[in-house]
Amino acid sequence: MDQIIQIDGFIALYIFMLAGFVGHEIIGKVPAILHTPLMSGSNFIHGIVLVGAMVALGRAVTPLEQTIGFIGVFLGAGNAVGGYVVTERMLEMFKRSKDKKS
Amino acid sequence: MNILNMALIIDVSYFLAAVLFIYGLKRMGSPMTARGGIVWAGAGMVLATVVTFLFPGMSNYILMMIAIGLGGIIAWISGKKVAMTDMPQMIALYNGMGGGAAAAIAAVELYGGNDHGLTFGILAVLGGFIGAVSFSGSLVAFAKLQGFKNTTLRFKGQQVLNLVILVSTLVMAVIVITQPDTGNTISIFFVLALALGITMTVPIGGADMPVVISLYNAFTGLAVAFEGFVQQNPAMIIAGTVVGAAGSLLTQLMAKAMNRSLANVLFSGFGETTSEETEINGSMKPIDASDVGVMMAFANKVLIVPGYGMAVAQAQHKVWELTQLLIDRDVDVKFAIHPVAGRMPGHMNVLLAEAGVPYDIIYDENEINSEFESADVALIIGANDVVNPVARSDPSSPIYGMPILNADYAKNVIVIKRGQGAGFSGIENALFFLDQTRMLYGDGQKMASELIQAVKSL
Repeated sequence: MDQIIQIDGFIALYIFMLAGFVGHEIIGKVPAILHTPLMSGSNFIHGIVLVGAMVALGRAVTPLEQTIGFIGVFLGAGNAVGGYVVTERMLEMFKRSKDKKS
Repeated sequence: MNILNMALIIDVSYFLAAVLFIYGLKRMGSPMTARGGIVWAGAGMVLATVVTFLFPGMSNYILMMIAIGLGGIIAWISGKKVAMTDMPQMIALYNGMGGGAAAAIAAVELYGGNDHGLTFGILAVLGGFIGAVSFSGSLVAFAKLQGFKNTTLRFKGQQVLNLVILVSTLVMAVIVITQPDTGNTISIFFVLALALGITMTVPIGGADMPVVISLYNAFTGLAVAFEGFVQQNPAMIIAGTVVGAAGSLLTQLMAKAMNRSLANVLFSGFGETTSEETEINGSMKPIDASDVGVMMAFANKVLIVPGYGMAVAQAQHKVWELTQLLIDRDVDVKFAIHPVAGRMPGHMNVLLAEAGVPYDIIYDENEINSEFESADVALIIGANDVVNPVARSDPSSPIYGMPILNADYAKNVIVIKRGQGAGFSGIENALFFLDQTRMLYGDGQKMASELIQAVKSL
């Protein structure tokens, strides 16, 4: 791999541990009214799988790999775009009393 | 541009994307900033996607563009069109797609026979397994909530079957890891994992589905993280892990709000433990809309308890209109929301927000419960089990111990309800039989309109 950093062994474990705590902390103090949009928002964020699927398809050689890679990119794009659209639609509606006239 | 510079650009962009995701998710944690949060996270996604085209050593660009275009357009249109009440199943669908994509990455890596060493082999297979389960499981959840498949299939030995499939999947996984380059075992492994997702989800009832969707959301996150390790992609690792952890916590909060343990949701049907129910004494007493209108217009404090029934009747706009009329008459009106009102925690808030109700008069169960005692009227519209006092009083009831809204403490309780039947769980509601309770029978939207007329005519 041509990338500059190598992520393996304990480095991987550290990233995993820290990111896990970040996820836990971020959700921990959120009011229940935002649970559905937040689930939808986190659903959008794992849409980053699209990037991985693109790399997988980009490196695919045989027709079988290309087919699976194509399906992967298709599904990943659906996850990212769909997740964004529904989350944005939900969050757009949250308003306070004073700006209800707008 | 040489390869090293390209790699630097990619690494920096992925780093920025990870920062934007976490920052965006953080901002989504408060209603004030939530809208901006998703936009930030979206910017991160666009950046990461665009920069991936620069990845060294890739081909198949045309296929890639077509796949992104197709998936993106279909998801865009369906996402724009879906009604707010159908949001849970759409989230399930998009989540399943993400799981499927993670499984596809694993499949390409495994079929390609790329030798990553033992650790990465294990991670690839594990991610593929979790992703595949999340994919087929989410699709079943989607089909169930969408109403394609309403029946909840249960049979004797179901748990045994699931266990057999699980064990065989794991056995195949070990073979795939230890003996690469065996196409057939890889295929069997994925088929088994997909089957497990289906057989796991089919027996779970519709009421528990939100918990399951949230669980699969966490699954997909984890699968993405694992495939991120395999591909050495830090943005995938961080985003996937954050979602995995956040999703697990969210799943627990939801299960707790519904008074179920996760194991309970996954491995047993609701109400299987039902014993003899205690007889409820008293009768349901009907009332007219005009009387309720007078009662509310001259009240000091009215608490409205909406349930999913209100959304089904599309009554939320009328209810908000009624609320505005009452507020104009200086009545203190608040909405009391149970954590599982609607189809998943927070769903009711979304539905009320759609109708234009500002979020600062909407209160959580633990914020509002102490206020019922001082309320003149508690208006229950389309809610049932979440205001059933037997959850506090009757240990033999299947909902015993579930946190409820204390509507029975209000001076007057008005229940808008279609007919005399029991609620979603099939349990009689003791609240309906109390002395201070009056039943306003009829369709939610029609009754809300009549209440508006009644208040206007005063």
